[in-house]
Amino acid sequence: MSVRHQRDENPAGVHLPLDPLPGHSSRGRLERVLRRGEFAVTTELNPPDSADPEDVYNRAKIFDGWVDAINAVDASGANCHMSSVGICALLTRMGYAPIMQIACRDKNRIAIQGDVLGGAAMGVANMLCLTGDGVQAGDQPGAKPVFDLDSMSLLETIRIMRDNGKFLSGRKLTTPPQVFLGAAVNPFAPPYDFRPIHLGKKIAAGAQFVQTQYCFDVPMFRTFMQTARDLGHTEKVFILCGVGPLASAKTAKWIRSNVPGIHIPDAVIKRLEGAQDQKKEGKQLCIDIINEVKEIPGVAGVHVMAYRQEEYVAEIVDESGVLKGRQPWKREIRRDDQIVAERLDHILHDEITETQVDMVKTAH
Amino acid sequence: MSEKQPAVTQATLVKKAAPKSDYKPADVSPQRRVQRTFAVRLWSIRHSRLLEWFYSRFADVFLLMHPLWKGIGYGRVEAPVKFVEKRVKGFMFDCRMCGQCVLSSTGMSCPMNCPKQLRNGPCGGVRANGNCEVEPDMPCVWVKAWEGSRNMKHGDKILTVQKPVDQSLRETSAWLRVTAQAAAAREAAQNPQNPGASA
Repeated sequence: MSVRHQRDENPAGVHLPLDPLPGHSSRGRLERVLRRGEFAVTTELNPPDSADPEDVYNRAKIFDGWVDAINAVDASGANCHMSSVGICALLTRMGYAPIMQIACRDKNRIAIQGDVLGGAAMGVANMLCLTGDGVQAGDQPGAKPVFDLDSMSLLETIRIMRDNGKFLSGRKLTTPPQVFLGAAVNPFAPPYDFRPIHLGKKIAAGAQFVQTQYCFDVPMFRTFMQTARDLGHTEKVFILCGVGPLASAKTAKWIRSNVPGIHIPDAVIKRLEGAQDQKKEGKQLCIDIINEVKEIPGVAGVHVMAYRQEEYVAEIVDESGVLKGRQPWKREIRRDDQIVAERLDHILHDEITETQVDMVKTAH
Repeated sequence: MSEKQPAVTQATLVKKAAPKSDYKPADVSPQRRVQRTFAVRLWSIRHSRLLEWFYSRFADVFLLMHPLWKGIGYGRVEAPVKFVEKRVKGFMFDCRMCGQCVLSSTGMSCPMNCPKQLRNGPCGGVRANGNCEVEPDMPCVWVKAWEGSRNMKHGDKILTVQKPVDQSLRETSAWLRVTAQAAAAREAAQNPQNPGASA
């Protein structure tokens, strides 16, 4: 009775790290997908305001079989939610491949380095280094902003921990964390000509993959990618273009004026306004953008951010056809677990009285 | 609890590994570098009863002037009031302008001078001689606060649990804030039929 295993799955258990491969710095699924040259899809889990693990599992289930990794956000927008470390602990148990986001707003270097070790010990293979939004943006503007490190020095800190096996202080680690390091870039905010060079700095600091801010202006992204290619960045880093559906023209306008760093051209808003069903049009727009950006040389994947529209992620990925028939890892019930469950169900719910005599009869 | 302390601590190792330089600043926290001495601060704590009396008169005067502040506009008087407040309280209490003054609840010892900025009592690291764990030659802010509060008429206000500091109020005037809140409370008391107006 052999159990069939999916690709990129440890046969000894879904929660265990994969075998190390030469040239790979992590033992995770996302790095394997990207290094194989497959078009990767990542998404973001909307963190619950609850202490119930089922909330996390239910929210992750929506993406089953459609994404290669799930971002566990670290109080994005400075709003308080379940921590990224907590979400990662739950997701890794179930075999998912989380990308642990680390923001510099809430933790100093002591806490961050501890979380990096803890996360890696739980099986987190991907970490995304962010500076983080200012506290004034969130629900607790009275909090003390930490910003002990910034995204660049955070990348370098984790890189030093991984490659040199040392804390920032120089103290040795007995087992360094094996992680695939990510960063964020925003090609849609000034200074535009500095952005590709800034990406170069992040690569030098340790970034192996980057996720971009929401892309609604493809020509602008194309220019950015052109410069990044000319500088040779695309050979050193996997670029995942950030995309997402806009719920309506009204939300688009709200985002444009209230969320810093998101650039939405007038043409996009006009297109949404002109549509009969704005929500559907927003989804279609997202698919169209994916189809355009996937053709740009150097784009290694997309990062689908569908805040409060998570149910659309699967449809967007499916209809854009970026996976080309490939199915990312999907959580499945294991064969032996299945047998135990059926047996338990039989004992608990079927009206039977088993005697030893009956059992012997059926056993023969 | 281990009885034997290691001969060399991690902090010593880190310090030793630091690059050598001719310029060696004093080994204190950044706050102490701004304000070296605390003689005046200690005087204020010794005279906490006097200052408590003075402060309550002073608050009454400020409240009387509420119509004036409101007439000119709190936004406009903020800059000059803050200028005076910062210098006076800075001289008397080594004020850090947290914007939410609790001096009258902490024996006239400003809790923001604690290197951990504790607002609800001392930490467990106070040295046997009553000095600070972080700054070995500085008396613990909370040892002094307790002494100061014992001299005060309403010293038991030290027992109230203080809320976390609202960092967004830093560098604002606590005097004006307290005055405006007291005025609003007074109005609410005068018009009990309309309690939502000042809330």
